[in-house]
Amino acid sequence: MPLYHNEDQAMLADTARGFIAEEGNIAKQLRHWRDRNCKDGFGHALWKQMAEMGFTGMLVEEADGGLGMGHVEAGIVLEEIGRNLTPSPFLTSSVLAATALKHGSADLKGRYLPGLIAGDSVFAVAIDETAKHRPERITTRAEKSGNGFKLSGAKSFVIQGASADMIVVAARTSGADDDADGITLFAVPKDAAGMSHDSVRLVDSSMATHTRFDGVELDGDAVIGEIDGGRAVLDAMLLAGRVGAAAEGVGVARGAMDMTVDYLKQRKQFGKLIGEFQALQHRASHLYSEVEIARAVTIKAQQLLDGGSTHAELMASVAKAKVAKTARLAVQEGVQMHGGIGMTDEYDIGLYMKRDRALAEFLGDAFYHANRVAELSGY
Amino acid sequence: MADLEQFRTETRAWLEANCPPEMREPVRGEDDIYWGGRRATFKNDAQKAWLEACIAKGYTVPMWPKEYGGAGLSAPEAKVLREEMGRINARPPLSSFGIWMLGPALLHFGTEGQKQRFLNEIARGEIRWCQGYSEPGSGSDLVSLQTFGEDKGDHWVVNGQKIWTSYADHADWIFCLVRTDKENKYGGITFMLFDMASEGVTTKPIKLISGSSPFCETFFDNVAVPKSYGDDVPAYVGTINRGWDVAKYLLGHEREMISGADGGERQAAIGAAMKRHAAKTGDDIDPVLRAELAMFDVDALAYAAMGEKFLDEIKVGKAHPAQPNMMKYAGTELNKRRHELMMAVGGSRALEWESEATEGGKPAKNWLRTKANSIEGGTSEVMLNVIAKRILDLPGA
Repeated sequence: MPLYHNEDQAMLADTARGFIAEEGNIAKQLRHWRDRNCKDGFGHALWKQMAEMGFTGMLVEEADGGLGMGHVEAGIVLEEIGRNLTPSPFLTSSVLAATALKHGSADLKGRYLPGLIAGDSVFAVAIDETAKHRPERITTRAEKSGNGFKLSGAKSFVIQGASADMIVVAARTSGADDDADGITLFAVPKDAAGMSHDSVRLVDSSMATHTRFDGVELDGDAVIGEIDGGRAVLDAMLLAGRVGAAAEGVGVARGAMDMTVDYLKQRKQFGKLIGEFQALQHRASHLYSEVEIARAVTIKAQQLLDGGSTHAELMASVAKAKVAKTARLAVQEGVQMHGGIGMTDEYDIGLYMKRDRALAEFLGDAFYHANRVAELSGY
Repeated sequence: MADLEQFRTETRAWLEANCPPEMREPVRGEDDIYWGGRRATFKNDAQKAWLEACIAKGYTVPMWPKEYGGAGLSAPEAKVLREEMGRINARPPLSSFGIWMLGPALLHFGTEGQKQRFLNEIARGEIRWCQGYSEPGSGSDLVSLQTFGEDKGDHWVVNGQKIWTSYADHADWIFCLVRTDKENKYGGITFMLFDMASEGVTTKPIKLISGSSPFCETFFDNVAVPKSYGDDVPAYVGTINRGWDVAKYLLGHEREMISGADGGERQAAIGAAMKRHAAKTGDDIDPVLRAELAMFDVDALAYAAMGEKFLDEIKVGKAHPAQPNMMKYAGTELNKRRHELMMAVGGSRALEWESEATEGGKPAKNWLRTKANSIEGGTSEVMLNVIAKRILDLPGA
């Protein structure tokens, strides 16, 4: 498969780019909700519009009412979301939770997928328990209780946790904290008794929660996949999420780069456009080169994932790490080359820097994934 | 797709039958590479048999048309062939600047007569070419070149000096940029082809910091270059005084080649191999070095994907025409980093300049060689200039 978009994908990219630039742009979404101190951190109306565009259920199988598309397609939408810094539940709901629900029972799918596809529901995922991503260690416990389970523990960095109609929670049903086995995934409904959220606004104006589970009673049918066999579901969800986050990061990097290159062509100092200075040209050219490479490996990871390749895991970590490094470079160069106004809230470039910081941390930063590349490669 | 799978099956069987086991070993030294030419000798029978099998099949230049010695493969077929050769670590049967550089220029700009003669010679490895571009005063600013061809009607008399002429001392013919109009900077250069055995041509190898001498100074002292070698075989490519167009086209190819875009990801990551290497000498890899290796592997595997994407896009005309500059920049900087890390893992052993264990100081020599990567074929800084101007469209670039 060639490493560029086919005709259908190119058409989708055109559509997504136009739609998100129009409806999901920074003024209309990020700044709008931020300046109103919105408790969700995103707009439900846009989520509904994204449903009408067919985005919300793009990864859901056709048999389950979705579009049955792949991660290349989801990545196309995510890149535009990244470019516009659009706050939306797309990555967590339509990529992460939707991937988990692929492994769910018909009953679970019937309960949750129609709402997702219609843009009426928002889902969150609760994986991290400490400040750094470390899904190898799960200490939140779900004890057998009658026909169901009793969930106890705490999760952090639950994006849009307080807004979510359902949260996918990774919990331990057997074994020790660091065991690979003994994990079970649960679909926890928002009104579950014993679940409480401590909601915090993050640096990028997105909303996350520290979520506590104090003996939350769950029916057996809240289990996604197999009891004690949740690691496979969790891994599939993480894989999809990381590749998706990489795509969004590519959008952030490209957005910041384009904005900066435009600025180099407008701003004058010493009687010249600053883009005429070779010191800045070389930095911009280096950035371009890195962004192209990051985008290439992200598409590679998407294709491998869609093709069910055994290399997908390695390449997903390569992509996540490469994009994290590259988007970081893009936003830092962006602010620096904008000079003083790059530090002002009025200019958007600073918003890219904030978003990059949060997105890079989500599902593992460059260090986590570089280490994973080493481990998967055998060193 | 079914046809392509069929082609893969056939190619695999053909390679199995025709690629000798010795030709599936990694290239260990310069003499493992067969460059062809009038003075070439084979290292062993396997090298000869492999070359002959490939010539018969058109696989020394798989994508060239059959009438010029190629196999006429489509881009997807050529990719399959590359993948299948990579799978068994098959060595390239023939390496040459004729294949990489002059051939593409002739395919694009050449007359039918030139193609018939020169392309077939190149495909069969009969003539070894070298490239006369740089001059002592014209490196990054190549277009300022001074080597001059005085028009004498049916021939030119060429005087001047080239430098960094790769393997000029082993080459049979040269493709050479010669100024034919002193008044016109860009529009006064002719892309000439002539025999290195011509009277007045001398070469002098340049010893590099790696100890090897892959490059020469090449001197032209009243060299008579005929304007034609026969019916429809002019001694220049394209048009007289328009050689810069050919040179620019070829620089794209050269940059693509130096970038290692088609190196494939199997060669890209080094961490695992470095761990095995260290284990052999009883060494551990320091955690900070391991971290650097991991970061390198991230960059290298990402770059390999970029190489794949770049080649895929070139085939359908989707790549930006200046993209080879970006590939060359990123690929060469990466390769320098690769060898810095390999030296770090190798420790004091890698410092050995003459020892059996290092096969004659190979790690150090290879490491030093990579320092030229970001200089030859256009420096990294020139690449960044070109990206700024042609891709980012920055003012005054």
